[in-house]
Parts: sequence; structure tokens; C-alpha cells
Amino acid sequence: MTMQPDRQIADMEGEGALPRKNGELVFDAAWEARVFGMTISMHERQLFDWNEFRNELIEEIAEAERDGTTSTYYERWLDAFEHLLVEKGLLSHAELTARLEEFTSGHRDDAF
Amino acid sequence: MSGNHAGEHHRHPESSASVRARALESLLVEKGLTASDVVDKVISAYEDDIGPRNGARVIARAWVDPAYKARLLENATDAVEDLGFGGALIAVVENTPTVHNLVVCTLCSCYPSALIGLPPSWYKSFAYRSRAVIEPRAVLREFGLELDDSVGVRVWDSSSELRYMVLPMRPAGTESLTEDQLVGLITRDAMIGVAVVPAPALAG
Repeated sequence: MTMQPDRQIADMEGEGALPRKNGELVFDAAWEARVFGMTISMHERQLFDWNEFRNELIEEIAEAERDGTTSTYYERWLDAFEHLLVEKGLLSHAELTARLEEFTSGHRDDAF
Repeated sequence: MSGNHAGEHHRHPESSASVRARALESLLVEKGLTASDVVDKVISAYEDDIGPRNGARVIARAWVDPAYKARLLENATDAVEDLGFGGALIAVVENTPTVHNLVVCTLCSCYPSALIGLPPSWYKSFAYRSRAVIEPRAVLREFGLELDDSVGVRVWDSSSELRYMVLPMRPAGTESLTEDQLVGLITRDAMIGVAVVPAPALAG
């Protein structure tokens, strides 16, 4: 019953490769692991193909490099994931903005 | 932003990415597109599997290749380097039908990270570090491992100079498995010594 990591994700190479240290995944903050987990859980439910996400991620990375943005790997991942969700019609941009506003204003503070 | 204090318990200012991630999770959960416990499971599956894979390769090789096993027990540091896993000095101790080995670091949390990833939080706990030495059988029982009285328990104290890893016994019924299939059976806990490698499920 334990979940087995998907090799096409774990073994991604090139620009999109997961940050590792000693062969192990590295998350610099708790939110990075949460976003990673959300993305993979939804891929497991076949809400999108891994390549669709991967292409978004590579595009975000390329864009950030081109603009000289100092964002981190998982910040780019988060951007890519949000874009994909909107593109797939799973979330709307308006919903995202509204929910974020509720969190930043302190009207909502769900803890995970 | 309002001057509302609902986020007071966050002692450090939270990064904007972190707030975005929480907002996103709340929305996805509400829409039934994911569930927080599933997200937890994904994270631990990837952390667990990816960490201990190198160590599992070493163990599987030792199970299928007696010459490699002899070399591993004799000089583990060199033997793991043969497979491309360099790092700190390592010693490997073998479980047998009469001896079960358990690894602890009583001083801090020395651990063969290059082989089995980052230590789990319990490994660093004071309770484990002290009790593993004083009452190893009770500790093992709490991990769900009941050893027969005829099995002796040896406890090895890892240090920054020398880190121990357990060579678990190869479970019965795995004679026909390939080395790669064996790798999939070997868990981090078995290489620390708080578990044994279970026989593969019979079905399927």
C-alpha cells in the first residue's frame, strides 16, 4: 500500500532535475515539500501528464534565467504549477488571487 | 495588507512563496483535487525512497555476490566506493539467525547519509539515543520487531569517525528475484536495524 516514487519524476534530468544532496531530495523550506507533494498527488490522479508539468517548469526556468530573476527552483516550480492548473481549467486565476488575498490579509489561516 | 494579527503564531515573517503555497493547498483541498494526508504520503515516499536507495543497492549486491559481501564486511568504506558511493568511513555489521544488530549515535546523529539519506527524526531523539543502548529489545519491540530470546542484540554506536550500517538478512522466498528487485525490498529502517526486511508479499 505504500506509495512508490515515479521514476520519470525522481530521475528527471537537465534543467528540470530535482535539487538533491547526496542523492536525496532537498527541500529548503516546508512549503517546498508541500508544493512538490501537491503536484505529484494530482499527477497520480491523472489530472495532467508529467510532461505537461515538466514543460511548464522548464519554460519557467528558461524565463527566469533570461530575465536574470534570482528565484529558487521551487519558486519556479510553484509558478509552473499554478500556470498549469489555470491552463487545465482546474483553478481560475481569480480564485487563486482571491484565496491568496484571504491568506495575506489574515482572514484565513489554515495550517497544514 | 491589514494590521490584523491572525498570523501571530508565525514567529518569523513568512515568505510570500510560503503564503502562496498555503493558499494553493487550501484551495486544492477544498475543491477535492488533493488531500493533505495524500500530500504527506507523497513527500515521505519520495524522501524515504530516494534517500536509502544507495544503501539498498549495496545490500542487494552483498546478497547476490558472496565475494562482494565478504569485502563489504571486511572493508565497507572501499566496498561502497566500488559502487560509486563515496563518503565517510563506514562499517557494515551482518545480521544472522543468532545476532541482530542495531545502530545508534548516542552523542548526536551520526549516520551514513551518503548511503541511506538523512536520519529520521526519531534517530536524533534523546529517547532513542539513550534507550537503544540500555534496553534495545524494548526499543525494537516498539518498532514492531519482536526478537526471539535466542537472538542476541548488538548495539553499535556511530560517530563522526565511523558510521555503522546493518546488513539485514535476505528474506526467504526471494531466491528468484533479481538484484534490482531485491533493492526494492530493502528499507531504511532495516539498514538502521530497527526492522528486518520482510518477505515479499505472496500475492501477485
